[in-house]
Amino acid sequence: MIWDWDYTWDILPDLLRGLVVTVQATLVGSVVAMVLGLVFALLRRSRATPVRVVTGAVVEFIRSTPLLVQLYFLFFVLPSLGITLSGFLAGVIGLGVHYATYTSEVYRAGIEGVPRGQWEAATALNLPTSRVWRSVILPQAIPRVLPALGNYVIAMFKETPLLSAITVLEMLAVAKGLGSQTFRYLEPLTLVGLLFLLVSLPASLTVRRLERRYAR
Amino acid sequence: MHADKVADTEKLAKAIRVEPSAAREMVRFDKVVKRFGDNVVLRELDFHVRPGERITLIGPSGSGKTTILRLLMTIEKADGGKIHVDGECLTHSNRGGREVPADEKHIRTVRKKIGMVFQQFNLFPNMKVLRNVAEAPVHCLGLSRGEAEARATELLELVGLGAKLDAYPSQLSGGQQQRVAIARALAMQPKVLCLDEVTSALDPELVAEVLDVLRNIAASTDITMLCVTHEMKFARDVSDRVLMFDQGQIVEEAAPDKLFTQPEHQRTRTFLRALLEEH
Ligand SMILES: Nc1ncnc2c1ncn2[C@@H]1O[C@H](COP(=O)(O)OP(=O)(O)OP(=O)(O)O)[C@@H](O)[C@H]1O
Ligand SMILES: [Mg+2]
Repeated sequence: MIWDWDYTWDILPDLLRGLVVTVQATLVGSVVAMVLGLVFALLRRSRATPVRVVTGAVVEFIRSTPLLVQLYFLFFVLPSLGITLSGFLAGVIGLGVHYATYTSEVYRAGIEGVPRGQWEAATALNLPTSRVWRSVILPQAIPRVLPALGNYVIAMFKETPLLSAITVLEMLAVAKGLGSQTFRYLEPLTLVGLLFLLVSLPASLTVRRLERRYAR
Repeated sequence: MHADKVADTEKLAKAIRVEPSAAREMVRFDKVVKRFGDNVVLRELDFHVRPGERITLIGPSGSGKTTILRLLMTIEKADGGKIHVDGECLTHSNRGGREVPADEKHIRTVRKKIGMVFQQFNLFPNMKVLRNVAEAPVHCLGLSRGEAEARATELLELVGLGAKLDAYPSQLSGGQQQRVAIARALAMQPKVLCLDEVTSALDPELVAEVLDVLRNIAASTDITMLCVTHEMKFARDVSDRVLMFDQGQIVEEAAPDKLFTQPEHQRTRTFLRALLEEH
């Protein structure tokens, strides 16, 4: 089996279109994970015990079950409850919610890393709690956790092929389709690996730079 | 080091308006109890501070001085007793003729009267100096951003930091940071100012600039001050009364000249002697 360059150039545009879907799913999933993770982190610090307990249980449940099962649930089970989602929508919700359980831990660590004196100064100034979060705590907590959040974005990027299981035509699904048409898998799958590398390597280096910037 | 000019008294008096108080006691601790686990730090502590009075709290490490200020600032919660500020109860509120533990809303209204400066400054590192001072007045006094910044600028000029409005706290010396913290506390126009060892974290050569600012404030306003400090000279210059604490109890109290020169209790004498040797 020798590398076929003509075939390579033929399939590249299709794979790049798949890459666009992969990147889109990652970006939308990341936004969901960033926002929902912060909501989880804040709810787990709520003064109301039931809110804390329920949030903790939900987060623990989501984190302890496989992402693929959650994707199947969103895509195949929800329609029987009257909620039909496109593969892409189910995919980004699944990815986002699953990763939100990880990012919530990251936020928690960041929030706990803000010195107690900051809370005390805010109390002494009589700042309302919501204002303390927005003006004092989160602006200090979030920059410090950006590298950790970035690492989860990269991890999510590398997990998007799971979405092929719910009909999303991301890069791996495209490659599989091409392979089954032509019975040549070498070129499409190699290209998929290379394209993943092409995106995640610079992304990792960026995160590394962020880490150095915020390391103190 | 003293390039920053120190403000004159009149301007300070105008910038820091302390509303006169009708109450006979500005601060009153009434059988206040505070425990940390099994450690009873305050055991039914009683004391009061008159409006405009400056008191200094001294005593050995662990005697509860910081705890007293933190209880007053509502950073800690008392386990028993009551605290009154300017005629209002800080720890309890009245609901249908019955006394109940104060809720957050009640605490917020009484807390407005109190300000605090910390040993470690506790400035907000994510905000420039000007915003550090202007932030709370915008959100708690209802001033517009412009008004709040104008007043913050004035206060910062009065503590000798008019040139540092756009600096971040990390770019300032400890003494400068602490002066920002003083301006920040004053911007909320408190009637009571709590100062917890505000020069202890400073390099020795920076202590004077902070104490000078506090002396000016004491000389030109009617603000009530509760001051924990080991700076005996400052305590003598500024305070009306010194309270000597040991194990959460007042051992003795007197005017500074009396207490520092002729202490009545052995415990005070040993403490003062140890302090002198340290310096
Ligand atoms: N958050 C806390 N948790 C547990 N114990 C505490 C806490 N804060 C204070 N304490 C204890 O309360 C007692 C009084 O402490 P406090 O800080 O009020 O003393 P202090 O007079 O300010 O001492 P120093 O001169 O060292 O500042 C000490 O025994 C201390 O260990
Ligand atoms: Mg102390």
